Amino acid sequence: MSSTSTASVPGSGPAAIRCRIGARGVSRSFGPVRANVDVTLSVRPGTVHAVVGENGAGKSTLMRILYGLDQPDSGHVVIDDEEIALTSPRAAIARRIGLVQQELAIIPELSLLENLVLGEEPVRFGRIDWATALRRAEELSASVGVDIDWKAGAALTSIAIQQQVEILRLVYRGADVLILDEPTAVLAPAQAEELLRLLSSLRDAGRTVIFISHKLDEVVGVADHITVLRSGRTITEIARGEIDREGLAALIVGDSEVAERSVSRGDPGETVLVVEGVSAKDDRAVLRLDDVSFEVRSGEILGVAAVAGNGQEELAEVLIGIRGAASGDIRLDGASIGRASIRKRRLAGLGYVSADRKHEGLALGLSLADNSIATPALHGLARGGWLGPRRVAERVKEVLDRAAVRYGSSSDPASSLSGGNQQRVVLGRETIGNPRVLVASQPTRGVDVRGIGYIHELLRRARDEGAAIVLFSEELDELRELSDRIVVLHRGQVAGMLPGEASRSEIGALMLGNHSPEDDNPDADVPDDPTPGHPRSPRGGETV
Amino acid sequence: MIDAIIASALTLSVPLVLAALGGAIHRRAGVVNIGLEAHMLTGALFGAVVSGATGNWALGALAGLFAGAVTGGLMSLLITRLKGNEIIVGLGFNIVVFGVIGYVLRAGFGVSGTLQIEGLERLPRLDIPGVADVPVLGALISGKDPLFWLCIVLVPVLAWLLKNSRWGVRLRATGASETASSSLGLRTLDIRDGAGIIAGALAALGGVALSLGTVGLFNENMTAGRGYVALAAFYFGRSRPLPTALACVLFGFFDALQIRLQTVGGFSADIISTLPYIAVVVVLALTGIREYSRSARKLS
Repeated sequence: MSSTSTASVPGSGPAAIRCRIGARGVSRSFGPVRANVDVTLSVRPGTVHAVVGENGAGKSTLMRILYGLDQPDSGHVVIDDEEIALTSPRAAIARRIGLVQQELAIIPELSLLENLVLGEEPVRFGRIDWATALRRAEELSASVGVDIDWKAGAALTSIAIQQQVEILRLVYRGADVLILDEPTAVLAPAQAEELLRLLSSLRDAGRTVIFISHKLDEVVGVADHITVLRSGRTITEIARGEIDREGLAALIVGDSEVAERSVSRGDPGETVLVVEGVSAKDDRAVLRLDDVSFEVRSGEILGVAAVAGNGQEELAEVLIGIRGAASGDIRLDGASIGRASIRKRRLAGLGYVSADRKHEGLALGLSLADNSIATPALHGLARGGWLGPRRVAERVKEVLDRAAVRYGSSSDPASSLSGGNQQRVVLGRETIGNPRVLVASQPTRGVDVRGIGYIHELLRRARDEGAAIVLFSEELDELRELSDRIVVLHRGQVAGMLPGEASRSEIGALMLGNHSPEDDNPDADVPDDPTPGHPRSPRGGETV
Repeated sequence: MIDAIIASALTLSVPLVLAALGGAIHRRAGVVNIGLEAHMLTGALFGAVVSGATGNWALGALAGLFAGAVTGGLMSLLITRLKGNEIIVGLGFNIVVFGVIGYVLRAGFGVSGTLQIEGLERLPRLDIPGVADVPVLGALISGKDPLFWLCIVLVPVLAWLLKNSRWGVRLRATGASETASSSLGLRTLDIRDGAGIIAGALAALGGVALSLGTVGLFNENMTAGRGYVALAAFYFGRSRPLPTALACVLFGFFDALQIRLQTVGGFSADIISTLPYIAVVVVLALTGIREYSRSARKLS
């Protein structure tokens, strides 16, 4: 571990304090998953400190521990150089620590001003003193150089403004340490720049900022110090200027990681799924899919790559039939299914792994057994309308075994499983009848590293058994690892079709609507949503 | 005849306005109060009994208000602390209160259905000299009882409090997003209980307006679904005090019209008496259409 010995501390923290907030030897496990292993973090007062690492590296767990939302199994949180037990967010707030989670606590029905002062409203003669509240709000926004229309209704403002208000609310309530969990993930590039300026202003005003980010450019540009986590462990701490983004990327991934990636391609057979000139609108009647055509063959995985909001969600929904196509047709083994009901499509051999596992993929309150057989393709279980308990039990075991689900009893509710295991139930169910086509939308979202491996294995197996798979993923590396071909969508149109071996920069260029790669940077940053104020994904634009 | 219908419509609106304002407050705190009917019935009984016992309408009204606050508070506790489903708890209250009151009438007063009380004092009518005989205006403001004037005061006061008081802002925040509000340290359960007590108290006053208003007796069916009509009113008024009250006046108007038409004759009385309820269905349908076009407009 390389620790920097900066002599002077910027800002105005009490002179003696070296570590305003941090962790000493913190470990935390969730079942078999070791989220944090002997993690050490030391954030100097009046600095911006970035915490970086891959998905599942333990960053969010660490932030939750620092805010008292979770407690370490061993080790301590350090505040003002003192080891303390932070038992609740209340205790953290009392020590002037504030957390901005990805899920903002902004109440859309209230104005921004009401949101700011809620809970600590200035009152005069029993009436809320709106003049004073507005004056304080404007002082606050002016002090950090942002422009906010405080009287606007929160619902009508962009997510970037809402986030600024949430940050300023912490300051209004006296927070001196601000922890931000991937604050720029949901922002368009210009909005992200403004947020980073806001963080710098807060630092210059003497506050301490910790933020998680996957966007290495902004980390290298803004953070005074960077702590790298990998597989739950602290790898190193680096001071500003000591590293560039390529070096940081190497540290985050680790040396061995790239070589370990196992790439296997399919052995495509006959064409199964044909999508012909499909157009579709979203719930707001905005055209999201514009004349999209492609084919998928048996035993092939077709990856779909796109920046969030470019039509991939609508495409998945149109394929399974949740969303109607405005025009065009879809054919499965030659038969038109473009106007067929979801039930008919499923009976024709279409499987579907929803991106919304908790609501569309599973009925969380029902048992694993019920969830395992809940598809019309498995109605062969019924004889004369009656389900035979033995046949059902056999099928349930088959589904759960196929997907190697770790479970106690098949009568346990689906909600009792971890996210990764839940997803395996879905995949087991959707692949067991040898579907002709499998539409898999974000199958590894929110799944830890080990779980991802199982899910990839299940997808490959379904491919090898002859399914034509359409795979939607925000992780470019996942697409490159699994896909035989990759279709790139941009503004609802097919921007190009690439082989699975395509480089990140080739794919990235098409995702941005460029037809030739601009540079050879292998980690070409993928800018965010081209339709500002309409972010779809909390994880868009990942670079590592 | 216009004057008579206006006067009658306003009088019939009073119980609805009180109950609907209570329901609207509760709704703004995030709870749909199905139990307004129960609170109204409780208020009507206690108002009548205490007014009869004391010969004082004001004490009767206070007793009704207090009884409604108790049933409203109890109902809220079941929802907030025991995590009861608000719809089921509300329906349950309506059924239980109806049953208990029927039992009390028989066991305590030896009557079934209707309770006539000796010495009961009805709500006084406040005639305004000089205005009483002016067409329309007289019907609008003269000869009204104190609860009518309470409604006139409550509508702007509640609107102001919702906007400008701590209580109002926190109530709205709680109703809009309980998780966000509690993460900011608001006592959301207490806020909801407070709103439930207010809803019960106001709805009970609406019940008092029924039993001590025009008739001066208690009948176990006297609310006649007005708690549900009030529900429709604050739904139509999107839980804002003035639109909610105006919706109640609309329903009151149809109620008055219905009574009038019955005396005219020529139609089946049974069909005419359904008029106010048909108005509710029509208004709710219009509300649905309005919401739909509103959301379509917002999106386009």
